[in-house]
Amino acid sequence: MTPAQRKQLIFLSPLILFLAMVVILSSGLGKDPTELDSKMIGKPVPEFALESLQDASLKLTEADIQGPAMLNVFASWCPSCYVEHPYFMDFQSRDIIPIYGLNYRDERDDGLKFVNKLGNPYQAIIFDYNGRLGIELGVYGAPETFLIDENNRIIYRHVGVVNEKVWTEIFQPLLMADSTANGAGQ
Amino acid sequence: MIPEIGNLALNFALAVALIQFVLPLVGLATHRWRLVVLAKPMAITCFGFVALAFGCLAWSFYSNDFSVANVAQNSNRFLPTPYRLGATWGSHEGSLLLWVFTLTAWTFAVAMLSKSLPAMTRARVLSILGGIAVGFLIFILFTSNPFDRILPIYPVDGSDLNPLLQDPGMVFHPPLLYMGYVGFSVAFAFAITALLEGRIDALWARWVRPWTLAAWMFLTLGIGAGSWWAYYELGWGGWWFWDPVENASFMPWLIGTALLHSLAATEKRGVFKAWTTLLAISAFSFSLLGTFLVRSGVLTSVHAFANDPVRGTYILIFLGVVVGASLVLFAMRATTVSVTSWFGAVSKEAFFLWNNLLLAVATFMVLIGTLQPIIAELLNLGQVSVGPPYFNLIFNILMTPLIFLVALGPVVRWREYDLASLLSHSKLALAAALLIAVASTFFSGDMPLIDNAQVALGVFLAAWVILMQLKNWYQQASGPSGFNAKRVKTSYYGMIIAHIGLAVTVVGVVLSSHWSVEKVIRLAPGQVYEINGYTFSFNAINNYSASNYDAIQGQFKIAQDGEVVAELTPEKRRYHASGQWMTEAGIDSNFTRDLYVSMGEQLENSDDWAIRVYIKAFVFWLWLGCIMMATGGLIAMLDKRYRKVRV
Repeated sequence: MTPAQRKQLIFLSPLILFLAMVVILSSGLGKDPTELDSKMIGKPVPEFALESLQDASLKLTEADIQGPAMLNVFASWCPSCYVEHPYFMDFQSRDIIPIYGLNYRDERDDGLKFVNKLGNPYQAIIFDYNGRLGIELGVYGAPETFLIDENNRIIYRHVGVVNEKVWTEIFQPLLMADSTANGAGQ
Repeated sequence: MIPEIGNLALNFALAVALIQFVLPLVGLATHRWRLVVLAKPMAITCFGFVALAFGCLAWSFYSNDFSVANVAQNSNRFLPTPYRLGATWGSHEGSLLLWVFTLTAWTFAVAMLSKSLPAMTRARVLSILGGIAVGFLIFILFTSNPFDRILPIYPVDGSDLNPLLQDPGMVFHPPLLYMGYVGFSVAFAFAITALLEGRIDALWARWVRPWTLAAWMFLTLGIGAGSWWAYYELGWGGWWFWDPVENASFMPWLIGTALLHSLAATEKRGVFKAWTTLLAISAFSFSLLGTFLVRSGVLTSVHAFANDPVRGTYILIFLGVVVGASLVLFAMRATTVSVTSWFGAVSKEAFFLWNNLLLAVATFMVLIGTLQPIIAELLNLGQVSVGPPYFNLIFNILMTPLIFLVALGPVVRWREYDLASLLSHSKLALAAALLIAVASTFFSGDMPLIDNAQVALGVFLAAWVILMQLKNWYQQASGPSGFNAKRVKTSYYGMIIAHIGLAVTVVGVVLSSHWSVEKVIRLAPGQVYEINGYTFSFNAINNYSASNYDAIQGQFKIAQDGEVVAELTPEKRRYHASGQWMTEAGIDSNFTRDLYVSMGEQLENSDDWAIRVYIKAFVFWLWLGCIMMATGGLIAMLDKRYRKVRV
C-alpha cells in the first residue's frame, strides 16, 4: 500500500465506522423494547437460591413465589424504577395479586435504601447481586416485570415502566385468558 | 383558529427552507448571483415562520385548547401557567418544534452576524443550515405534527404533564440543552463549506470558534441544569445516572470540547485541519444521534416517553443521509487540506493532540456503553447490561491523565518545548498540590484506603490544575513594567476560568461521592435526630392542597451548636390528574455541604416516618464548576479578535 492509499483509507475510516453504527442502530429499530419476547415465556420460574434483600441469612427459592403474581426487576441505579415505584405502592394496597421484587445487580445498601425510602410493595425481595437469576430470566435491564400465572409459569415479560394502562390492557386480560384456558383443560 | 395558523406557518417555513437550501447552491453552481443572495432573506423569513408556529403552540397550551391532541395529552386546566409553557416542549411533538425553532434561531443569528464572511461562504453556510431545517420540518409535518386536532369530540380537560416534569428545572433544561445540541449545526455547516471550498485556514477557524464556544456554553449549562434537576427532583441525592439520554447529551459535549481545543491549534498553527473538520462534523452527528436515541425508543430510558418505529426510521434515514454524505465528502476532500507540519513531543500541539485523543476515546467508550444493549443482542451475546460501574471505571482511567495535562497545557509553548523548563515552571505548584492532597486525607476520617486514595487523587488533580492556571495567569500579566492584569487577552481569561471550573467540578464529584453521610431513619413529629454535629428536629406534619396536587409536608429545623442553620420542608405530593406520588426533597445548600431531607412512608400503626437524611459534601461545587466553565466559554467568545472585520 502506498502512503497515498493509506491516507485515503484513514480518511475513509470515519465513514466505515459510521455505516457500522447505522447497521447496529437499524437492527434496534422496529423492535419495541417494551415488547421483547423472552425464551422463558410459557416456562416455569427457573430454580434459584438467593438471599433476601432485607435478611442475608434468609434464602429464597422459586418455591417462595406463589402465582398469580408479578416479578419486578428493579435497582436503585435505574431511574425508571423510581417512576414506576409509586404505582406498585398503590397496586399493592389494592391487594389484587402479590408483587415479588428482584433487586438486580445492586449494592445491598442501595437496594435497601430504595425500599426504605420509597416504601416496600413487595411480598419478598430477591437479592440478585451478580445478576445470575436475571440472566436466566433473560433480563435486558431494569425495570422489567414478569407476569406469573397460578401454576407458577411465566406468561409475559414487560420491559419498562408498569402503570395502570399496562395492568388493565395487558396483564389483567392475559391472566384472565390464562386461567380460563387452564380451567377448560382440567 | 390559532392552531391552524401555526400549522400553516410550519408549511410556509418548509417552503422557505427549501428555497434557502436549493436556490443559493444552484446560483453558486451556475453563477447566478440573484439566487445566491436569496440565502440571507430566506433564513430570516424561515425563522419568522417557525417562531410564529412556536408561539401558536405555546398559546394553545396557555389557553387550554384541548381540541389539540398534543395539549390534551400533556396539560390540564389546573396546571400552573409556567408549567403550561414548559409543557409546550414536554412532549415529543413540542420538543421537535423546539429543536427546529432553535435551529432557525441559530441560522438567523448567523445570517445577521456574518458581515465579515465572504458572500459565497455565507450563502453556502446558510444553505446547509436550510437543508437541515428542511429535514426536520418534513419530519414534524408528516410524523409528529403538534397541531393535530381531536375533532369533533374533544375532551373537556386534558390528562397531565408528567409530574416529574412539573418543575422549574424542566422549564429551562430542554431549551438550554437544545441551544447547545443544535448550535453545533453552525460549526457543522462551516466544516462542510470548508470542505466544499477546499479552504481551511486560520481565518476559517476564527469564524468557527465563537459559534462553537456559544454552542458549547449552552450545552454545558443544559447538562448542568439537567443534573441539578435529577438531584433534587428524583429525591435520592444522585446527580448523574449514565442514562442513555444523559449520555446522548454528554457525547456532543465531549466532542465539542475536543473541537474547541483543536480549533485553537488550527487557528494558531494551521495544524489538525482535517481532524478539526471531522470533529465539527462529529459534534453535530452526535447531536443527531442523540435526537435519534431519544425519539426512536430503541433504548429504554427515563426520558424516552415516545416510542414509534416510523419516527425512528425517519430520523435514522435522515441521520444516514446527512452524516453519510458529510463523511463521503470528508473522505474525498480532506486529503487535499491536510498538511503535516512538524511539532515536538513536548509542545502545545502535542498536548492538544493528547487532549483530543483522550476526549475522542472517552466519547467512543460512552457510545459503546450506550449502544451496548443493542450490540449484545445483535451478536447474540446474551443480554448483559453494563451499567454505571463500566462508565465510572472508564472515566476514572481516561479523565485522570486528561485533567493532569490540563494543568500543563497553557504553560507549554507551540512547536517545541523542553521537559526541563516545564518541570522548573511547575515543580512548586506540583509540590503544593501534593501537600494539599495529603492534607485532605486527614479530613477523610475513617474510610477504606481505596476511597481515601481516590479523594487524595481528586484533590491533587484539582489543586494542581487551579494552581497552574493561576501561576500562568500571573506570569502572563507580569511584564517589564510590573504586574498588569490588562496585559492578558480576553480569551485567555476565558480559558483560565473554564479550566478552574473543570477543577471545581472535579472537587464536587470526588468529595460528594466520598465525604457524604446518608442515613435512613425512623422519626415521629416532635423527635430529634443527631448526626455529625447537626440536630434535625422533626417539628410537625402539615397537609395542604395546591391547584393540581395534595401535599404532605414535613417541617424540619436543623441546628448546629444550638443555632438554627436551616428550616426545611420536604414534601410528598399526590398529583390529581394522574394519581402519581412525587417527592420534593428539602435542601439547604451552602459552599461545603448540602443538608438534604426527604420524606419516605409513614410506618404502619405509628406516628413514625421513614426519613432520609443526607449531609452531602461539596455538591454545590458541581454546579458552580459548570457555571464557571460556561462563563469561561462566554468570556472567550467575547474576545475582540472575533469581531474584527475581514483581514
